Amino acid sequence: MKTKFKDAITTENICAVLVLVFFIAYPIISSAYQTLNMANFLITVILALSLALIWGYTGIFSYAQAAFYGIGGYTYAILCKNFTDPALTPLFLIGGVVMGFLVALFLGYFMFYGGVNDVFVALVTMCFTLVLETFLAQTAGSEWHIGAAQLGGFNGINAVTPLTIGTFPVKNLALYILALLLVIGIYLAMRIMEKRNLGYCLLSIRENRTRSEMFGYNTAFVQMMIFAVSGAIAGLSGVLYTSWGGYIVPSAVGMTQATMPVVLVAAGGRKNPTAVVIFTLFYLSLSQKLAASGSQYSLVLLGLILLLVVLFVPKGIIHSLFEIIDRKVVLPLKNGKAQAGGAAE
Amino acid sequence: MLNSIFNYFYQFLDSFSFLILAVAGLAIIFGMMGIINLAHGEFIMLGAYMFTILAKASVPLFLAVILGALFVGMFGYVVDKLVVSRLYGRPLDSVVATWGISLLLRQGILILMGPSLPGLTTPLGTFAVGESTYSVYRILLGVVAVLVLVGLYFLFMHTKFGLHSRATMQDNSVAQSLGINARRMYSTTFMLGSALAGLCGALYAPTMTITPTMGQAFQNDSFVTVIVGGADPLVGMALSGGVLGVIQSALSLLFGTFFGKMGLLVVAIIVIRVLPKGFSGLVEKHMVKGKR
Repeated sequence: MKTKFKDAITTENICAVLVLVFFIAYPIISSAYQTLNMANFLITVILALSLALIWGYTGIFSYAQAAFYGIGGYTYAILCKNFTDPALTPLFLIGGVVMGFLVALFLGYFMFYGGVNDVFVALVTMCFTLVLETFLAQTAGSEWHIGAAQLGGFNGINAVTPLTIGTFPVKNLALYILALLLVIGIYLAMRIMEKRNLGYCLLSIRENRTRSEMFGYNTAFVQMMIFAVSGAIAGLSGVLYTSWGGYIVPSAVGMTQATMPVVLVAAGGRKNPTAVVIFTLFYLSLSQKLAASGSQYSLVLLGLILLLVVLFVPKGIIHSLFEIIDRKVVLPLKNGKAQAGGAAE
Repeated sequence: MLNSIFNYFYQFLDSFSFLILAVAGLAIIFGMMGIINLAHGEFIMLGAYMFTILAKASVPLFLAVILGALFVGMFGYVVDKLVVSRLYGRPLDSVVATWGISLLLRQGILILMGPSLPGLTTPLGTFAVGESTYSVYRILLGVVAVLVLVGLYFLFMHTKFGLHSRATMQDNSVAQSLGINARRMYSTTFMLGSALAGLCGALYAPTMTITPTMGQAFQNDSFVTVIVGGADPLVGMALSGGVLGVIQSALSLLFGTFFGKMGLLVVAIIVIRVLPKGFSGLVEKHMVKGKR
């Protein structure tokens, strides 16, 4: 048991605990506005984790996370406009998640059972996202409605009812706590899965698809299912965003939004959910500061980060930092403590 | 009757030439190197900017097109040396990196040149068939598209460069052991692909509004064409350009441009399910069977 605990002391885990403490303390040490802002960051963290699950673990590179995010958000908003009873909103949340799941399942079926992989998945998902945005942006006319919900073209759907449990609206602090719990849940599920058979199966598909298939795994099925789960998580993020801001617009599906998770996951470290969470926080607070000084440079910054990361730190900035600190600080410390054991090895 | 047949033919030629010219650069880079250049649309945009600036400076249009293509070809060479050549053999990373380049170019041009350039009017005037009038320039674009296909066919099938590049495509390591410099083949291909993107941008510049985001209009269609076409740049490009051109022009005529675009995506998704290797995979299978 003791050795197991010692194995768990890595830079990654220490940072994870620190980040958790930070999140718990955050509402106490900062204003209500800042907390609400941080809730939005947490929602983006969920989106980023949805990509880390398929790209980092399974090796499926998708541009469609923003599309699933938008589908979740639009489903929630459309349901809210059609059934005005706020007590039903938790069902709408589930509706948005299920919709994200189903659309991803559909797209995944065509791709993975068609033997489409790697670069082509990137292309198909990108085309899908582009078409969805084009479609939503041209729905300005009054003929574009689903039930009582006008799709509204560029203006999107506004004044959407926030998520309500019973009669209690999940806003401000409550929304923060809900988003935090979901982030913790998804994060822990990913970390635990890493050490279970399911996780091994995903990793083996990432490393060598043909060999995994030879070992008897139905890789197309596994890829399709994990893609659908990731679509559901992205949909969840979209629902929370719509509930957070009270609106959803086509640009939520647009190119900037579609690039965001890719940048966050690539630059943080795609095989490492902790790194993704940390980098997302870091990047969002930086870009918010930059936006105050003129938003036209934020896209340039995104592009530059992507380029430099791919060229010089392909494992991701935070992930590489973890590895360096592990090697230089944590490992010598551990070995120093257990000199006898270390010498025997 | 004859009028509507000509009308359909005109629409088809328009779609076909758009798809072929937009995809040519992307397809040969993909076929040769397995790399999808996500900055392809932005390369097209650069070609359009270069052409418009030159044309405004009263350079003859023909020369401006050539210079636009050459400029983007040189730009592609620089991009290859700085970025893409470091990522050979890592196709997914090159997707991410070229996407970064695409963001940089689009936003950089926006910051440098503003939200749009005043465009040129479409040259060469119009001609009438029955009651409708048609643009001569669009017909010329169709001719150029066919010329590009023929030119690429000649380049790949009847020159030393083509022989070497087909060898590299088929088996990189064997080609290298026989003394072909694969790296140089790659960077030449990337340059050629970029120049074709520039050519496309320069040719279409007089027909559309010049904005930093104009590349996206080409990007989506060219990706779909590559997906449907498959790995062989020539066969795939010609076949998928033709088939998609028929579908797009028919849908556009019947239901409007938006449905034309949607139709492309639907067809692409169905084709990859039925023919994972695209049209070139299908042709290859039957040709190989026939020979045996």
